[in-house]
Amino acid sequence: MWTELGLDLEAHDALLGVLGQAYGDIFLSQKNRPDGMGYFDFVMSEVHGLRIRELLDEKEAGRKIIGSYCVFVPEEIALAANATLVGLCSGADFAMEDVERILPRNTCALIKSSFGFKLGKVCPYLESADMIVGENTCDGKKKAYESLGHLVENLYVMDLPQVKSANGKALLKSEFQRFKTAVEQLTGVSITVESLQQAIKTVNAKRAAMHRLSSLRKSDPVTISGLDALLANQVFFYDNPARFTESVNKICDELEKRIAVNDGVFPARTPRILISGCPQAVPNWKLPWIIETSGAVIVGEESCVGERGTRNLTDDSGTTIDTMLDALVDRYFQVDCAIFTPNHERLDHIQEMVTDYRADGVIHYGLQFCQPYLMESMPVEKALEQKDIPCLRIETDYSMEDVGQLKTRVEAFIEQLR
Amino acid sequence: MHKRFAGIDIGSRTIELVVVNEEGKIVESLQSDTNFDPMAEAKKLLAGVQYDCIMATGYGRTLFELAFESPTVTEIKAHATGARVFFPQALTILDIGGQDSKAIALAENGRVKKFEMNDRCAAGTGKFLEVMARTLGCAIEAFGKEALLAEQDVHISSMCTVFAESEVTSLIAKGTNPREIALGLHASVIRRAAGMINRVSSEGDIVFTGGVAKNPCMTSLLAKRLGRRVFIPEDPQCIGAFGAALLARER
Repeated sequence: MWTELGLDLEAHDALLGVLGQAYGDIFLSQKNRPDGMGYFDFVMSEVHGLRIRELLDEKEAGRKIIGSYCVFVPEEIALAANATLVGLCSGADFAMEDVERILPRNTCALIKSSFGFKLGKVCPYLESADMIVGENTCDGKKKAYESLGHLVENLYVMDLPQVKSANGKALLKSEFQRFKTAVEQLTGVSITVESLQQAIKTVNAKRAAMHRLSSLRKSDPVTISGLDALLANQVFFYDNPARFTESVNKICDELEKRIAVNDGVFPARTPRILISGCPQAVPNWKLPWIIETSGAVIVGEESCVGERGTRNLTDDSGTTIDTMLDALVDRYFQVDCAIFTPNHERLDHIQEMVTDYRADGVIHYGLQFCQPYLMESMPVEKALEQKDIPCLRIETDYSMEDVGQLKTRVEAFIEQLR
Repeated sequence: MHKRFAGIDIGSRTIELVVVNEEGKIVESLQSDTNFDPMAEAKKLLAGVQYDCIMATGYGRTLFELAFESPTVTEIKAHATGARVFFPQALTILDIGGQDSKAIALAENGRVKKFEMNDRCAAGTGKFLEVMARTLGCAIEAFGKEALLAEQDVHISSMCTVFAESEVTSLIAKGTNPREIALGLHASVIRRAAGMINRVSSEGDIVFTGGVAKNPCMTSLLAKRLGRRVFIPEDPQCIGAFGAALLARER
C-alpha cells in the first residue's frame, strides 16, 4: 500500500517509530483516562494504517479525497459533492535540510513541516489526496503555496479576506462558490440542496459533539486531560465524520458520569490553564505535555485545533443552495484568525473562555516566526493583565532543545497561580 | 532537637547548598562547581551536612528530584523568596546566572506577579561574560573591576556569544583598549537585562542576585541605566539555595 502511494518506506517506518514511542510516553502514561479514549488510541495507532486503507477503498469506489491545511476550507462543500476532506497535519519537523533549500530558515515550523512531509515522502494523506487545498492566510503560507505548487500537481489555492467588512464577506462567498465548482469538477458530482443540507448536518453534528466535550471540561476536578481533549481536536480533522461524532459523544456520556461522582484525572483545585494562539497539529504535543506534567491541567484551546476552529454551527434551515452557501459564509466568516485586522473578536473570545472554563491563567502559544499570532500576543497579554488574569507568552517551535527552559517557565507560571 | 532545612541550587556552572534553622537563619552555606556530573557533585556537597528536609532548585532540580526524592521549586520562586528576606521593600529582582537570566516582579505580598526569562541561548548571561573575559585574557573575577577602569566604552552590537567573540577579536586587532571593550561588553549585557526588567516593572528598588551580581561593573551600570536603586545581597550566588531552604521550612 505504501509503495503504491510513493512513500519512502524507510523514512516512513522511522517516523512511525518515533510517533509510537512519543504517543506511548505522552498519552498512554496518563492515569485514570476515560475508557472512551481507547477509540482515539486505536485511531492514532492506525493513523497510517486502517484509516489510509479506508480512504484508498473510498477512492476505489470512486470517491475523491481532498487534503486541506486550514479551518477555512469548508468540509460541507467537499462532503456534499461526495468527496472526503482530510486535514494535513504539519506538526513535526521532517526532511528539514531539503525544506530549507526551498523555504527561508526563518519560516514557521508549521509551514516547514508541511513541506517536510511532502519532500520526505512520509505522508500517506498528502499522497492519496486528489486535490490539495492551500489558502491565503498569513504571508508565509500564501507565498509558500507558490513553491508547493511546483512539488504537487493538484494544488488549489483559495483566497481569503483579511478584513471583516462587507467586501471581505463577499470575497469569502465568491471563493466558496469557486471552490464548489472546483470540487464538482473534481468529483463529477453536482451539489444538490439535499446533499448540501445533509453535509451541513453531518459537520454540525461533529462540531456540536466537540462543543459538548468542551463544556464538560468546565468541571472541577477535570475529567479529561488537556492532552486527550487536544487529541480529539486533532483527530477531528481526518477521521470519518459520523464515526468521530459518535465516539466523542460516547466519551461525553462517560465524562458526565465521572463528573457526577467527582472522578477527575487531576485532583480538584489543580491550576487550570487556557492555551491560546497558534494551532497545534498532530503530533505537536510538546507544550501541553510540559504543562500537564508540571502540575496544571489545560481546560481549553483557543486555537484552530480547538475552539477557534469548531466554534459556531451553520444554520441548516436553508432551502436553496445559495441560502445555504450564505449560511456557510456566515459561519466561517466568524473564525477569528490572526490574519484578520482588526481582530477584537479573538480578544473577547479569550476572555470569555477564561471565564467559561474557569481558567486561572492563559499561556499564549506562539510559533517562532509566526508574525500574526506573535504580534497579537502582546495586546492579548496586556488586555489580560488589565483584568488581573496571569498570562505567559511562549515562543517556540517543534524542536525539543528548549524543553528545559520551557519547563522552568511553565512551572514558575504555575507556582504563580497556586 | 532543632530542625534544619536545606536548599540546593543546581545551576549550570555552580551548585549552592544552604541550610537554615527553624528561625530561617542561615547556619551553613556551601558551594562547588557543577562540572559534568551534577549528581555526583551534589552528593559530595551533601556529605556530612545535617538536615531534616531539602528542596531543590536550578536547572538540575529534576535530576535531583529523581535521585533524592526531594520536592522542587523553580529558580524564579526560589530567588523571589530568598531576595525578599534581605530587601523586603524591593519588588523587582534580576537574577543572572551561568546560563540564564530572569527579571521577576513581585506583588506587595511577595508573590511572583510576572517574570521574563532569556530564550534558549546564553546571550547576556554569566557564560557570555566568561567567554568574553577569556577572549580578552582577563580572569572572570577581575573582569568587572578592569572594565570600570575604562574612560569610555566601545559599542558592541552582537549579543550572540559566538558573534560577539569575533567582534571583540576584530576590535583587538584594531588596537582598541581592552578595558574599553570590556566596558562595552558589560554595557551590552546591561542593555538586555534592563529591557527585561522594564518589561516586568517600571519603578522601585531592584535586588540583583546570581553569580553575575558579584561583578561591580554590572551593578553600577544597571543602577545608572535604570536610574533605580540596586541592592546586592551579601552572597548573591546563594540566594536561590537560600530561598529553596526557606520554602523547605515552610512545608
